[in-house]
Amino acid sequence: MVHITINGKVVKATEGEMLLTVIKREGIDIPALCHHEAIEPTGNCRLCMVEITRAEWEGWKKHVTSCLYPVEDGLIVNTHTPEVIEIRKTILDLQLANCPNSEVIQKMAEEYGIYKTSYETVPEGDNCIMCYACTRICEVLGKSAISAVMRGHKKVIAPPFGEEPPDCIGCLACAQICPTNVIPWTDKDGTRTIWNKKFDLITCKECGKTIITKDFADYLMEQRDIPKEYFELCDDCKRMQTARKMGEIVTRAQEATL
Amino acid sequence: MHIDSIEKLSQWQTECRAKQTAQKRKVLVCLGPGCLAGGSDEILEEFKRIIAEKKLADITVDSIKKTGCHGFCARGPLVVIEPEGIFYSKVKKANVAEIIETTLEKGELVEKLLYKDPESDKKYTDYKEIPFYARQKRISLRNVGQIDPDEIEEYVARGGYAALAKVLAEMKPQEVIDEVSQSGLRGRGGGGFPTGRKWATCAKVEADIRYVLCNGDEGDPGAFMDRCIMEGDPHSVLEGMIICAYAVGSREGYVYVREEYPLAVINMQKAIDAAHEHGLLGENIMGTGFSYDIKVSRGGGAFVCGESSALMRSVGGEIGEPRAKYVRSVVKGLHDQPTVLNNVETYATVPVIMEKGADWFKKIGTPKSPGTKAFSLAGKVCNTGLIEVPMGISLRDIIYDIGGGIPDGREFKAVQTGGPSGGCLPADKLDLPVDFDSLTEAGSMMGSGGMIVMDDRTCAVDVARYFLNFLVEESCGKCVPCREGLYQLHHLCVKICEGKASEDDLALMERLSKVIQTASLCGLGQSGPNPFVSTVRYFRDEYLAHIKDKKCPAGVCRELITYTINDKCTGCLACIKVCPVDAITGEKKKLHVIDQDACTRCGSCYAVCNFDAVDIV
Repeated sequence: MVHITINGKVVKATEGEMLLTVIKREGIDIPALCHHEAIEPTGNCRLCMVEITRAEWEGWKKHVTSCLYPVEDGLIVNTHTPEVIEIRKTILDLQLANCPNSEVIQKMAEEYGIYKTSYETVPEGDNCIMCYACTRICEVLGKSAISAVMRGHKKVIAPPFGEEPPDCIGCLACAQICPTNVIPWTDKDGTRTIWNKKFDLITCKECGKTIITKDFADYLMEQRDIPKEYFELCDDCKRMQTARKMGEIVTRAQEATL
Repeated sequence: MHIDSIEKLSQWQTECRAKQTAQKRKVLVCLGPGCLAGGSDEILEEFKRIIAEKKLADITVDSIKKTGCHGFCARGPLVVIEPEGIFYSKVKKANVAEIIETTLEKGELVEKLLYKDPESDKKYTDYKEIPFYARQKRISLRNVGQIDPDEIEEYVARGGYAALAKVLAEMKPQEVIDEVSQSGLRGRGGGGFPTGRKWATCAKVEADIRYVLCNGDEGDPGAFMDRCIMEGDPHSVLEGMIICAYAVGSREGYVYVREEYPLAVINMQKAIDAAHEHGLLGENIMGTGFSYDIKVSRGGGAFVCGESSALMRSVGGEIGEPRAKYVRSVVKGLHDQPTVLNNVETYATVPVIMEKGADWFKKIGTPKSPGTKAFSLAGKVCNTGLIEVPMGISLRDIIYDIGGGIPDGREFKAVQTGGPSGGCLPADKLDLPVDFDSLTEAGSMMGSGGMIVMDDRTCAVDVARYFLNFLVEESCGKCVPCREGLYQLHHLCVKICEGKASEDDLALMERLSKVIQTASLCGLGQSGPNPFVSTVRYFRDEYLAHIKDKKCPAGVCRELITYTINDKCTGCLACIKVCPVDAITGEKKKLHVIDQDACTRCGSCYAVCNFDAVDIV
């Protein structure tokens, strides 16, 4: 157990925890776009930056991304100094120039009083904030089907060589984790399309609703030893089935006591 | 010879030295990058061809040596004849027969190939007396330009691997670390971090595997020191790495060389193979039981891979992107193991410190930056080339005494040190001592040692624009301040160059720069705004001239200048012929006129005019 001071208040934290986790637990609101509990932090968006110092640093301080900085005993953290706010404002201002049509960015910027970017809008902007959440979740799933390619401002998230990603299983994890919601996909006529790759869909044998792609089901059966029958019903119908079974058991039990 | 004991190395050294002294005369042909571009490989072949034909008493084909960069690139191709040190510059293939006949056969000098000092008109025979060389002190470059990099025996003859033998035979790992710490050696890659402290930290981390890596990803425009060491004296780098590996307890490591240095890749590999063959690398080095192996890892051409964490990811086969270093790479580096990463020049310096001792090293340079530093002198300076000087020497001494001043009688304007993320220092900083701390204080940095001199025809805003463009291209694109921030900073800088910016834009650039410096993830972003910050600090008036008066005082920014022809024009038609857009009209012996609407301001007329008749306004 370590003790750190956040905005003047001494709080307890567990060794190995990151500052952002503690800050959020304390109910302090700081923005973080690339952070997600399911994936390792990388510090791409820089919004969660805070100021840190220690008593023995004699006034010297530095700015760190709280998602990546492990707690240390005696650390003094300030989350809303004028410098920190200037950093967040500038980053949101830059992001607004990069993703002018992103509602998420617009809303965050407005919270920091920015309604119009100070910079020239990036002509080729595509609303992707390059947070790598999609590539990281794909890695967690064990596929790494997409990756960041090229460099600098030309960097994009793409499948290898811009072709249909051979390792993609159409699980949609990338699209769902994307904080600015810019990865397009469709489910139509029993086929899912994402990253220009088409997947056969398994539908619920009771209600016909889409459950999962065939590739994803195969992957889960192989990797997680999940039986094939698991993918026959959608979640709703599974609940119904369970409820029915429970009902039968209850009825049988009642009949037995009578 | 396979070296299976310390004694055998000294025996081998004696043999190698005897072989060297048996060659009474040697012809050294510089095959450094500059001379090679001037055709020095053909000169080498020509020497070998003629010497093979003629049977001369004290010289054979074996005595014709190719070497790495000798340093004085501006005067290349260079040929040096030892033991006299006779220095022939700007040699052509056609001169070879004459050199052989006059110098090697008759023992006379080929006067026209000797170096003549442009100021004093004095001719020099021995290169060591030429001002360019006389003020230098060579430690890391001690063998570069003196030996054939492919010949391990030449390295050994000059004391190579003796420092390693001394370390393995007489010193405990901790003593090696102490010696390096006491020497005050600081990382030559630019950061200036104390090397001994880095080694000590790595050695203290509990781990089964430790790595010792060498950073040969020199990417700064105009910098070629590490390249010349890897090409010209690869064994010195290996020896430094092996000593480090022994000190910190590592068994394997990599030399990360950028793919754009094909000869460096080849020479490092050849050196590794030769060291293996002689028992100086690999299992049971010199029979002492210590084992360490090195592999070459080739970089794919990303500037950012010179950054330590990006380099380690690249070596590990991942995307070359930096990570936040709240846990330092010396604790958790390559494959998450403790890793020492030093620059080429640092490793090349280590064997000398081990041999001569920390006290000797500390006497050179300044108290806080001991030793020497290699620089590549480039740009608008007479004597461009590779130099090594004691720390603390002034910029003036480097640029004027060694560099020979500014060509064409123009005025010095600024010197750019530290590569793209360094800064520009103006004339009133010329007396600044060159060491890690002074340069940083003045708003620039030591960097890896690129030094680009600029004259009064260089526009400070245009320089900032150029380097920002480089950094925008080379930013890895992972974090927002660097990727988007530098992009916008460059965009605003272009606006100034085009005369479209306001003072508000300048203020925005200054605010943005501060955030990029504080909020970026790695050193590239943190120092990214430096080209702008340092030029606006020293050349603010020039920025304001672009913004307020819409003028480029240096006459560089195309949108803000016009070319006109004055009455010095003799009507020679030269400019008319050279103009790519036919914007100049006029008849022979009559004043020519430039049509401003058609002119693209390419400057061809200005360059071609012999009568100073083209003005830039």
